[in-house]
Amino acid sequence: MRHSRNYMIAIHIAAVVMAVVILLPFVWLVISSVSPATDLVSAHVHWWPAHPTLSRYKAIFSSSVGGGDNVAANFRLAMVNSLIVAGVTTAISLTVGALGGYAFARLRFRLRRTSLFTFLTVYMLPPIALVIPLYLALANLHLLDSKIGLILTYCSIVTPFCLWTMSNYYLSLPADLEEAARVDGCSRLGALVRIILPLSRPGLLTTAMFGFLLAWDEFLFALIFTSTSNAKTIPVAIAEFTGKFSSDFGLIAAGGVLAAGPPVILALLSQRFIVGGLTSGAVKG
Amino acid sequence: MNLSETTQPLELVGTGPTRRVVLTVGGGLGLATFLAACGVGGGSGASGGAGSGKGAIRALVMKQAGYSEEDIRKMTSTFQAANPDIKVTLDFVAYEALHDKTVAAAPAGTYDVVLIDVIWPAEFGTKKIVADVSSKWPASWKEQMLGGAVATPQYNSQFYGVPWILDTKYLFFNTAHLAKAKVDAAQLDTWDGVLKAARALKASGVTKYPLVWSWQQAEALICDYTTLLGAFGGTFLDESGKPAFQHGGGVQALEFMHQSITDGLTNPTSTQSLEEDVRRVFSAGQASMAMNWTYMFGMANDPKQSQVAGDVAVLQTPSGPGGRPGVNGSMALALSAQSQNQDAAWKYITYLTSQPVQAKFALSSLPVWKSSYDDPAVVKTNPAVIEQAKKQLADLILRPQVKNYNAISLVLQAEIQNALVGKKPAQQALNDAADKTATLLGS
Amino acid sequence: MSVPQVATTPVKKLGARGSGARGEARFAFLLLLPAALVVFGVVLYPVARTFVVSLFAVDSPLPGSYPFVGLGNYTRVFRDPDFYGVLGNTMYFTLVSTGAELILGIAVALLLNAPLRARWFWRSLVVLPWALPTIVNGALWRWIYNGQYGALNGLLEAIHISSTPVQWLGSPFLALNMVIFADVWKNTSIVVFFILAGLQTIPSDLYEAARIDGASAWSAFWRLTLPLLAPSIAVVLVLRTIEAFKVFDIIYVMTGGGPASGTQTVAFYTYLQAFSNQLFGYGSALAYLIVVAVFAMAMVYLRLLRQGQMAGVE
Repeated sequence: MRHSRNYMIAIHIAAVVMAVVILLPFVWLVISSVSPATDLVSAHVHWWPAHPTLSRYKAIFSSSVGGGDNVAANFRLAMVNSLIVAGVTTAISLTVGALGGYAFARLRFRLRRTSLFTFLTVYMLPPIALVIPLYLALANLHLLDSKIGLILTYCSIVTPFCLWTMSNYYLSLPADLEEAARVDGCSRLGALVRIILPLSRPGLLTTAMFGFLLAWDEFLFALIFTSTSNAKTIPVAIAEFTGKFSSDFGLIAAGGVLAAGPPVILALLSQRFIVGGLTSGAVKG
Repeated sequence: MNLSETTQPLELVGTGPTRRVVLTVGGGLGLATFLAACGVGGGSGASGGAGSGKGAIRALVMKQAGYSEEDIRKMTSTFQAANPDIKVTLDFVAYEALHDKTVAAAPAGTYDVVLIDVIWPAEFGTKKIVADVSSKWPASWKEQMLGGAVATPQYNSQFYGVPWILDTKYLFFNTAHLAKAKVDAAQLDTWDGVLKAARALKASGVTKYPLVWSWQQAEALICDYTTLLGAFGGTFLDESGKPAFQHGGGVQALEFMHQSITDGLTNPTSTQSLEEDVRRVFSAGQASMAMNWTYMFGMANDPKQSQVAGDVAVLQTPSGPGGRPGVNGSMALALSAQSQNQDAAWKYITYLTSQPVQAKFALSSLPVWKSSYDDPAVVKTNPAVIEQAKKQLADLILRPQVKNYNAISLVLQAEIQNALVGKKPAQQALNDAADKTATLLGS
Repeated sequence: MSVPQVATTPVKKLGARGSGARGEARFAFLLLLPAALVVFGVVLYPVARTFVVSLFAVDSPLPGSYPFVGLGNYTRVFRDPDFYGVLGNTMYFTLVSTGAELILGIAVALLLNAPLRARWFWRSLVVLPWALPTIVNGALWRWIYNGQYGALNGLLEAIHISSTPVQWLGSPFLALNMVIFADVWKNTSIVVFFILAGLQTIPSDLYEAARIDGASAWSAFWRLTLPLLAPSIAVVLVLRTIEAFKVFDIIYVMTGGGPASGTQTVAFYTYLQAFSNQLFGYGSALAYLIVVAVFAMAMVYLRLLRQGQMAGVE
């Protein structure tokens, strides 16, 4: 194309450097997960174990659930719980946030600023502050140790975040789009749904990804509110790989590798939507 | 090109709201606040009840240490078979979560039985999170249980639970290393001897840092400090309850610790290590001696997880001028004060802590009953450790049993670390800790 | 050549259905109602209660009678000598990690926006750190930094930079920086995605126009891209600042606040006071002070990133 050869080489070198920085720790994670326990404690780092073992992965996939010390087997359930909780939370929060964010971005009404700040306060509060009263609230609603309880809790954190992000994203879109639509006879809601939202795909996707991560990663609430594999999520399950004193980093690594799987797949699937975006055509005219 | 008329980030400030708005919002907030205030400025807390001795109870116990999840489930199913009217639900959590979950769940009364660490009876007892069970304790137990066990759930001479998991730290050493450096294991009976041995090991090149400890800024650090404080004859608090660790034995203990680092005898990673790191370093053959809990013996001798399997021996805590008490790291089963079913819960607790049950699972955790240690079946499970345990478990030292122990521990952890990393001299660190502790104790 | 007008005049000037300010307000109410239900349905009571608790000297989780201290807990924060060290750690953590994430994030986003071959591959890589749970990330880096058998020391030894093992988590300031590094490694991905989305909104003909005008790549970036990215940057800055002030999980797993309290940040300190010491009144006050601090910082960002006249929505 128009770009010089030096430019192309430069950016590809930069890309490789970036890849190395990202991948090295990850590669070490994978290697640790297949290294026998003795290798993990030896004096000199074994870059590749003499006898790699898949025993930890086997334990996670094959052992039966529920009884005994099958921490690994309960991991499978935790994975499912995490996916459900994070997925539903993101779906709800994104929908609600995309709608509400539009109000903050484009509409005038009293208390606009106050209400935005109130929403953000919930997001700004460290979770620690809310644990006990929230525990009590959930206990009274019989929602402890349940996925629904976690979903409700996480929605209250992820939604303000979505509101904030989406409202700023809408602001970056040109305002004449709605004007044009309404001149054409569209209702406000119609303009929002038919014109703005489709154009907001990159913003929606980014918000969704970050929101998913907030729910996926959340540790403290999950730790305190869940007790059985009904609702235990991955961070809790992985934390339980460590005993009072003992821990096998290889098992944690195996858990981490597996836990990273679904988000990566989700992100890959949504690649196409992120690439798209506002074309200059919509602005002209 | 001037593009400054482009989009603006969402503003958070602007012109103020109208008066009517302020009133409505204020009213709404006021209502919420009023509702929230109930139960803070006044009002009593719910209290527990004895219950009918039947029904469902819920227990919060620990995963992955002492008795395994499988052990506990087996014990529970046998209990339920013998007591069909009582149904037990078990919640297993990691140790770190045990304290926080107990605290969070207290107002909701979720649990009837909770497993508590030896450092919590004062805190939980005074805050009425666990119930005072002194009236339920048969006098015979005080004779039949080991001394260290009886002390575990006590605060202010009241009992707040029943001891269940007994543990202390022992001195583990690598027999092959000692042989190579021509060090006699008998030397390890005193701390002076340990240092001498370490010097010999270092000089002969067997290990670069013969000693490794769990001195990360965590409770583990206080456990080690406690052991040494006891060995040097120090105390945490004097008879009037004021800090005393900044005099005598307490200072000598910290100076011992710091000196061993500067002398190159203690592995510098110790200040970021927990018990598991100690085990790993020892199991990799990179330390010759280490203090650790009972669990390390099995794992260090397991060829699948250790490169020094077969060379591991265990001894009592070395003695210093003040004796050789082991740090009490036990745990007890407690009755939740909010439980509505305390009779049933108490039945469950007495069953779990009974001698036959403990003897059956002695491999996982040493029993609290004196006579078990002469029982051949029990001795057979772990002869090397039991031989030392018999002696050590009768002589344990406690960390201060005060209601804000956690806060004091945090202060001590920070100051001891300051001394260990060289930020402050030992005496000053302990003086500062003592000042802060005095304030905490007074409040 | 004209620059397309992208003014942000409010929509209300139009007629049509639901017209005027009342219609707008009603529409806004409808749009925000679900959000309000979702957010405040469960947490309104806890948020309010926590605030109330911060006004009393509460030292137990159980309901009971506690003395009213008004703002006593709040002033106690400022009289707490340990707090200042913790605050310093937090400010350093926030500034350095957010700054690093921003710079690296913009750089990587620009890279991913460039005509790379197999762009999908490079973009997918960036997802990986984001996908790893924070708990695992903390454990991973703790493992890598280990002074005895960590990979970092092993690497340095293998490429002959140094053969004495470094205690990466052994001294307070170094440990703080290593924790920051681990956090930045994971969280830069998010910044990349935000900036990338922002880059997509910049019409490409702007660059053509700049090129025709003779602007260099660097000047185009500085005078064209960066100002247009300002909104995205502002959003990300506020978000990452909030997250940095709340940072807890990674410290819990990696260092537990040590060594010598060097990695204790405000949120972790709040946890210690509220849970370990059971000083719920004090902990709640700390939490609300965090909110105030974050809000203040957000205001600063938004002011700084404001360009020219604020002509936007009210």
